[in-house]
Amino acid sequence: MFYRLAGQFKSSYAADQQIFPIRQDRTFIAGVLIVAFGVIPLVANDYWLGAILIPFLILALAALGLNILTGYTGQLSLGTAGFMAVGAFAAFNFMLRVPGMPFLVAIALAGVTAALIGVVFGLPSVRIKGFYLAVATLAAQFFIEWVLTKFGWFSNYNPSGVISAQAIEIAGYRFDTAVSKYLLTLGIVAAMALAAKNLARTQTGRYWMAVRDMDLAAEVTGIDIVRTKLVAFAVSSFYCGVAGALWAYAYLGAVEPQAFTLDRSFQVLFMIIIGGVGTVLGAFLGAAFIVLLPIALNVGAHAFFPGVSTDLMSNLELVIFGGLIIFFLAVEPHGLARLWQIGKEKLRLWPFPH
Amino acid sequence: MKTRISLALAAALLAGSAAAQTSEQFIPMLSYRVGPYAAGGTGFFGGYIDYLDMLNRRDGGIGGVKMTWEECETEYKNDRGVECYERLKKQGPTGATVVAPLSTGITYSLIERATADKIPVISMGYGRADASDGRVFPYVFPLVTNYWSQNTAKIKFIGMKEGGMDKLQGKKIVNLYHGSAYGKETIPILDAQSKKYGFSVTHIEVPHPGNEQQSQWLQIRSIKPDWVILRGWGVMNPTALKAAQKVGYKTDRIVGVWWSGAEEDVLPAGDAAKGYIAASFHPSGTEFPVVQEILKHVYAGGKRGNMEDKGRIGQQYFNRGVIQGILTAEAIRTAQSKYGKRPLSGEEMRWGIENLKIDEKRLKELGALNLMQPMKVSCFDHEGGGAVKFQQWDGKQWKVISDWIASDQSLVRPQIEKSAAQYAAEKKLAPRDCPKG
Repeated sequence: MFYRLAGQFKSSYAADQQIFPIRQDRTFIAGVLIVAFGVIPLVANDYWLGAILIPFLILALAALGLNILTGYTGQLSLGTAGFMAVGAFAAFNFMLRVPGMPFLVAIALAGVTAALIGVVFGLPSVRIKGFYLAVATLAAQFFIEWVLTKFGWFSNYNPSGVISAQAIEIAGYRFDTAVSKYLLTLGIVAAMALAAKNLARTQTGRYWMAVRDMDLAAEVTGIDIVRTKLVAFAVSSFYCGVAGALWAYAYLGAVEPQAFTLDRSFQVLFMIIIGGVGTVLGAFLGAAFIVLLPIALNVGAHAFFPGVSTDLMSNLELVIFGGLIIFFLAVEPHGLARLWQIGKEKLRLWPFPH
Repeated sequence: MKTRISLALAAALLAGSAAAQTSEQFIPMLSYRVGPYAAGGTGFFGGYIDYLDMLNRRDGGIGGVKMTWEECETEYKNDRGVECYERLKKQGPTGATVVAPLSTGITYSLIERATADKIPVISMGYGRADASDGRVFPYVFPLVTNYWSQNTAKIKFIGMKEGGMDKLQGKKIVNLYHGSAYGKETIPILDAQSKKYGFSVTHIEVPHPGNEQQSQWLQIRSIKPDWVILRGWGVMNPTALKAAQKVGYKTDRIVGVWWSGAEEDVLPAGDAAKGYIAASFHPSGTEFPVVQEILKHVYAGGKRGNMEDKGRIGQQYFNRGVIQGILTAEAIRTAQSKYGKRPLSGEEMRWGIENLKIDEKRLKELGALNLMQPMKVSCFDHEGGGAVKFQQWDGKQWKVISDWIASDQSLVRPQIEKSAAQYAAEKKLAPRDCPKG
């Protein structure tokens, strides 16, 4: 009864083709955005904004980037963290070496740099597929980390190879509080999520999905496979690059190449697997699951079992976390986004299912 | 272990408020007990917490103020460390007093946050070496010794073994380092020393995590160096010792950094570790009165302390944690002498650390004579010590084989000031004025 579509008539092509064709969805998304932009900054404290929501949003953006490549185009990649590192170090160097560089331009250029590197490492995808491609992108991960560690120029010859992000300033306003950084991150992530949602509905997006579903058939119908795959690598790496730059600037403040190890790549990959491959919503749900759940377990463990040995507790958290991953994948292999969709379909019929 | 956190405190955390009893001094514990570096985390935080626990049980806290703490699992990850810091920074009647994350990466991520929040960071023997310049880093204290100081002491030790610093001329030294920010940190200072003393140095990187070192040690065999400096971490250390044995390199010619010199680093290597030398700013052992006091007040009578494995009490990481506890407690005492016996804010604590002075007499009172070196911190110098001892593994335990060897500040200090000045310029900070000395 909540999702009853009766009475929603589409009288124009524009109405028929909008991103969220169902009115209830539109209301819901508008509500989420109003809460995220208007209510949360007023009610949340620094801990929630600075330590939970910002990293959640940034990793959701990285997951979105990987989802474009793996979810929409079907190219398995393990280089996500490498491309994030490129973004972070590129933003740092643009800010450092170009006088008067505006922050947003530096972020965009960081994304473009990551996109170029992504295309280079995407070249093997023209010839190899599946798990073999995953191994090729693994090379990207290790190579980028090695280059950034090996050559001091990238970190401005810091003896330990750590970059300290410069202050964020846009049009004279200094983003130095948790609230302002949260709003900045949220703005960028919301805009890019909208772009991704739209991108999937364009010709490019349909090409991606055609290649994912069967590349031979796609080629036969006249789709330029090389171009399609490389565009996917470029767009995906752009998203990851921006996420990496935000990770350095809006969240940690100081990063070393080791902040973007293979572990991070796997973390982002797990996000899209658990959240739902090939959906925008899945990136956010997966990021919430992977980022927030361990913290919730840690807080909960301390709150409810204050006397228990912390050694045991820390290990138990990992066990419970792993158990929940298995549980959710067993219940719904297509991820949390699919659960959400099933829920919506059920709500459409509720309370009178067939 | 009992964290002594009441449910009420946990609820206060969830509500984000700082309501609690007033005569308590809260210390956040950014510990790690899982993952590849758990051995370090459990030992260090075990010693740290047990020492504070001992003060609570024996003396009822410090100056009548009870110590409280809460642990938060960082998994040695920077992002989790920042989350833990943000979670705990407002707790207790006066907020977090002092943070010691036992991770170079987390220390880097906290420098700006902690400075803005006015919470001092103690990074004892890790973190940013150039933070020793207190003019640029008012809230960061790489106490006891930083990596660069330690490295000059190491070359001095090698010089002593060779029979004088002039004998270093023409000697060959290999620096085998972990391929990370931590591993690279001493390269510039080693290069500077090689120019000064005339030895040649070859830097060989071992990629993380370092469980494969065949080619590096073949390279070392062909170089035939007089000494190998092992700048390892975790699994890289026993692997290096085993690989050295395979290529026939003498273990008593390998000198490790203190992150390569714990029991956990040599035991897995078995016989291959015998004779290996490592730097340390404190010895192992339970014979120190302060460790005995912990055993007596915290563990005696079947009571449980923070250490799950009591056999590790008195080992390298545990004793390092005890020293962290002593430094924290003494800084609180120092600050209390100025601000009164009440819970202190981070800002007051900062004053306490900056004016910390621990002499031989005080060390004796603390029962930590020979466990740690006398210290004197100042606004200008946030390191406060700088001396290192060397210890040798005899197959069963670490034996101290040198006295305190002072670092070469004439070499280190200019590098620190240069690096700190670069940081200040990048960040557009104006350094404070400090009286010299």
